Amino acid sequence: MRGVARHLGKLLFVSLVEIHLWGTTMSSHGLVYRIMGDRSVILELGDKISPEINRRVRQFSMVLTENPVEGVVDFVPAYRSLLIIYDPLRIDIASLKHQIEDLHRKMDKIQIPVPKTVEIPVVYGSEFGPDLEWVAHYHKTTIGEVIRLHTGTIYQVYMIGFTPGHPYMADLPKSLITPRRETPRTNVPQGSVAIAMNQTVIYPVESPGGLHILGRTPLKLFDPFQSPPTLLEMGDWVRFFPIEEEEFKQWPR
Amino acid sequence: MATVETFKVVAPGLLTNVQDRGRFGYGRYGVAPSGALDSFSLRVANLLVGNPENEACLEITLMGPKLRALTDVAIAVTGADLQASCNDRPLDMWTSWILGKGNTVSFRGLKGGCRSYLAIGGGISLPEVMGSKSTNLSSKFGGLDGGPLRKGNILSSNSPYLHLKTGGSTFPQAWIPPHAKERYVRVILGPQDDQFTGKGKKAFLGTPYQVSPDSDRTGIRLTGPMIERRPEVGESIISEGVVSGTIQVPGDGQPIIILVETVTGGYRKIATVVTADLPLLGQVKPGDTVNFKQVSLDDAYKALRESEGKINRFKEGYSPPP
Repeated sequence: MRGVARHLGKLLFVSLVEIHLWGTTMSSHGLVYRIMGDRSVILELGDKISPEINRRVRQFSMVLTENPVEGVVDFVPAYRSLLIIYDPLRIDIASLKHQIEDLHRKMDKIQIPVPKTVEIPVVYGSEFGPDLEWVAHYHKTTIGEVIRLHTGTIYQVYMIGFTPGHPYMADLPKSLITPRRETPRTNVPQGSVAIAMNQTVIYPVESPGGLHILGRTPLKLFDPFQSPPTLLEMGDWVRFFPIEEEEFKQWPR
Repeated sequence: MATVETFKVVAPGLLTNVQDRGRFGYGRYGVAPSGALDSFSLRVANLLVGNPENEACLEITLMGPKLRALTDVAIAVTGADLQASCNDRPLDMWTSWILGKGNTVSFRGLKGGCRSYLAIGGGISLPEVMGSKSTNLSSKFGGLDGGPLRKGNILSSNSPYLHLKTGGSTFPQAWIPPHAKERYVRVILGPQDDQFTGKGKKAFLGTPYQVSPDSDRTGIRLTGPMIERRPEVGESIISEGVVSGTIQVPGDGQPIIILVETVTGGYRKIATVVTADLPLLGQVKPGDTVNFKQVSLDDAYKALRESEGKINRFKEGYSPPP
């Protein structure tokens, strides 16, 4: 216990000094940090959704994976930022900041592997895609054209979040950009493939959701007993292709 | 170590699930930490029966289960007061009790708080999934086949006999967190507090908020005065990571305190609850009120040092004067 008290004493002192340096937002070495409570920090690597910014987030995730920082318990990479969660009893914020800056310097030397491309089968329409007709109507086009547009684009996985294995993918073709549903659904079935704004997603488990459901995939997006546990990872490329209801039922799972 | 059957579930209760301190290191796959919402109560329950403090317990929500002991076993109940009893005789909370084979543990009803923790001497023998025994209820893995306790489940423990000598050990009364229907929660403002108006921030820090019935392990939804955002900023932000205790404000201005079942969010965050007060969030239930109090990082670490100190001193066998 005395060890912990001493450590916290030190931490208390350091944070008194640091508070002036950090505040809520601070910029250093081109990095923007934002404090989120007493055990997490958000690093911002840009201010918009773009492949270049997301690539830097991915690079930072890789450098953090390859050079684990003692006291960092988890991290969550997102579109343009990376959340670092630390144990304040094991690392103080000043030391964390120095190590983050070290990693930031190493980051550009990291070669990120060539992303994999994953082909995803989807049954479009009927009870599998209850919003397909609405989306076609909204864009004053046909169901066939919506499917052609959705399957005709290759999407980048920008982040995994919301539920385990849930990919956030962009960019939808311009003529498919659609506002969110006015009323979110409370139960979106597992495997649902949906769109809203310029994004497309897949729901790995039944969950609430506010996107328009176009269809459903028989693929399993999350398996806690596999490594990695998710079908898709940040940085991957995805292409959808249409299948029939019969194929869906017989798809190996 | 011998694995021994310790309990049979006679009735599961409203939502009783297996939780330890949580699952960490899988945030990039969208895997939330899960884990006991009131980790202070979980850790103390474990220590009382001689378990490592990270061992899995039963997290019992609002209405308790009925469990029959299949062997002589040590248990401790902490957290919410659900009036635990053994063969209809009340069991003091925050105390290690020795049950005889055939005894039945039940709960007579909620007196305070929201979640009780029942630790079994020798723990709950279950495989770890991604480094934890915690139940991820929405993705259905961990714990007992990914779900809550069901009638007929059998719980097993490692060498429960080795824990029988803990009987009678108690946690100091002075260190037991009190239950109240009105809660004061310390927060650190940010990271997007500058995107709310002065009026919005004043409402957030100056008025009590009511806990809504659609609160769960993912989040506590609150209702109260609208937290107004600046007119020039949109309703949502580009999604990013969140931690438990993060307070998001969606377009309707009604705050949501994120708990342990999600890792990302797409709304502005006005503040984050300090680590020392997270256990308290696990004891908040629909109808309670929550008041937010702004503190500095230094205050937050001081509060954390205080609560960790209680657990560490208890581990060393120290008791405060009554």
